[in-house]
Amino acid sequence: MGKALAEKVWNDHIVRQNAGEPDLLYIDLHLIHEVTSPQAFDGLRLSGRTVRRPELTLATEDHNVPTIDIDKPIADPVSRLQVDTLRKNCAEFGIRIHSLGDVEQGIVHVVGPQLGITQPGMTIVCGDSHTSTHGAFGALAFGIGTSEVEHVLATQTLPLNRPKMMAINVEGTLKPGVTSKDIILAVIAKISTGGGQGYILEYRGSAIRQLSMEARMTICNMSIEAGARAGLIAPDEITFEYIKGRPHAPKGKEWDAALAYWKTLQSDSDAKFDKEITLNADELSPFVTWGTNPGQGVPLNAAVPIPSEIEDEQERVAAQNALTYMDLKAGTPMKAIKIDTVFLGSCTNGRIEDLRSAAEIIKGKRIAGDTRMLVVPGSARVRLQAEAEGLDRVFLDAGAEWRSAGCSMCLGMNPDQLKPGERAASTSNRNFEGRQGKGGRTHLVSPLVAAATAIKGTLASPADL
Amino acid sequence: MEKFISHSGTGVPLRRSNVDTDQIIPAVYLKRVTRTGFEDGLFAAWRSDPDFVLNQPQYKAGTILVAGVDFGTGSSREHAVWALQNYGFKVVISSRFADIFRGNSLKGGLLTVILPQSEIEGLWTAIETDPNTSIEVDLQSREVRYNGKKVGFELDDYTRWRLMEGLDDIGLTLRKIDEVEKFEKNRAVYKPKTLPILS
Ligand code: SF4
Repeated sequence: MGKALAEKVWNDHIVRQNAGEPDLLYIDLHLIHEVTSPQAFDGLRLSGRTVRRPELTLATEDHNVPTIDIDKPIADPVSRLQVDTLRKNCAEFGIRIHSLGDVEQGIVHVVGPQLGITQPGMTIVCGDSHTSTHGAFGALAFGIGTSEVEHVLATQTLPLNRPKMMAINVEGTLKPGVTSKDIILAVIAKISTGGGQGYILEYRGSAIRQLSMEARMTICNMSIEAGARAGLIAPDEITFEYIKGRPHAPKGKEWDAALAYWKTLQSDSDAKFDKEITLNADELSPFVTWGTNPGQGVPLNAAVPIPSEIEDEQERVAAQNALTYMDLKAGTPMKAIKIDTVFLGSCTNGRIEDLRSAAEIIKGKRIAGDTRMLVVPGSARVRLQAEAEGLDRVFLDAGAEWRSAGCSMCLGMNPDQLKPGERAASTSNRNFEGRQGKGGRTHLVSPLVAAATAIKGTLASPADL
Repeated sequence: MEKFISHSGTGVPLRRSNVDTDQIIPAVYLKRVTRTGFEDGLFAAWRSDPDFVLNQPQYKAGTILVAGVDFGTGSSREHAVWALQNYGFKVVISSRFADIFRGNSLKGGLLTVILPQSEIEGLWTAIETDPNTSIEVDLQSREVRYNGKKVGFELDDYTRWRLMEGLDDIGLTLRKIDEVEKFEKNRAVYKPKTLPILS
């Protein structure tokens, strides 16, 4: 019987396999950042262990770093300590680090692909659940906890139980104004935040094949929001084209050898998936969330759901709680919801293509009077590229704030936070209670909806302008 | 890691589903560089509410958290496990856990037990009727026992053995490091390296 793509990559990395034990997998790339690594390095020191393969490890500063005044010391002493600790640990163990101010600094999931260090068929881990982003290249990539970070540092391997495989087929062609963010929000609303649990998701179908690498990364990024640890897409010409010529892409003969291997990385036509779902891309429209988990979403043209109409009791109670927290009335049209802050950024939608598409909508217009817009490029390189294209001027002229790279308001660990009661349209990936600041309310949206919302001041799509 | 064979204690009923890791410990509490001291951040947003279970005196001594479905969704932060442990929890029982949270908990010695939702309801009722109800979670026999009732749960043999022996994964892998070396000899040369830095 044929094999699924994820199975092939998995099998190629088995160091040891014994019945009744997890498989021991080799890890090709370990990405680290300041928040989930300090206790792992501490653990190494305590037991007198070292980093087995520093040359397969890469660190960047992203979660905690300020996005203004980056030339000054970090003002918050606790954040500063965490960043300083990462710098010291990297120096002590010989790990490459891109610190604040470095041209390669940025959100860990933006930096890897940009350097060409994320390649098909690799195993990639990071102490961050959105590591699934790298699956867009046909890599097996997933988030791990700090004990696992320590395990990978010490051994370059990880014991793992083989997940099940789910195929998500997206067929057809997206209408203008509909993006890959809308695909993934619709997928999560369909299978729920627990639907992917225990599975690796493989996104397939004609709609996926037409997407750029940036758009594919947005989809894989949010696999975790459906409960899946990893999501991936088979590599194709679009993938190879994206990697070619990047600093760490293979060159010459090595490129040929790599390419030959990469071309084998597809699910066989007779591969068996444990579960399969299909979505029609032609039917999709811009999607937004109304609640406090990413599965609580509806098309932008729809209204806030009415909890009493939800059959499942748990879901009904969850919806009621969500509406209370979000301060929304059942039945309100989504487009009537007023937004205080628009956040364009994060590892979901902070890439150059995202900024370009939002700038195109905003160009020559002004942001609504009492709405604020924060634009945070995913990496220093993205920022430089955007500035070279004049996108910073487009945002600034419209009245938006133009910042330096980092996670920023995606999780509000730095000063970029919502105030209690403030409502945001955010291109990030999580609308949990308090995620973007205590008491803050989040609606997840695509970059196009974010841009149109900034202009209108209420949730809107470009077609509404 | 401490060995986990069985644990007896009282329960805390958390009647909420989809308790994500931002609820268990918000990001602003993640800035410590140690593994201790996270108890202050546990369920931080709810702690100011006097009615929240952890604030109710009858549940103060509880060591077994009984939570609604989909506990631990969201980020991979292991701080969520540490916060629960630092606070004093030894076991969390739910009808479904998020994968990464569950993996983290079992690696760190916080036992996560999966029971059907109907059993969760039973436990909630028992605890709320009498907060002093003694609950025994026995890994040896893979059973939760309270009020003369026995409810079995599943946990794979390997993880159970590791927890009962108190073994850490790294030590186990390092015992067989020659297998890793062998694997490395056959890795393709085109696989990328982060060093030296190329531009
Ligand atoms: S941008 Fe948000 S989701 Fe992405 S790594 Fe940073 S905090 Fe996590």
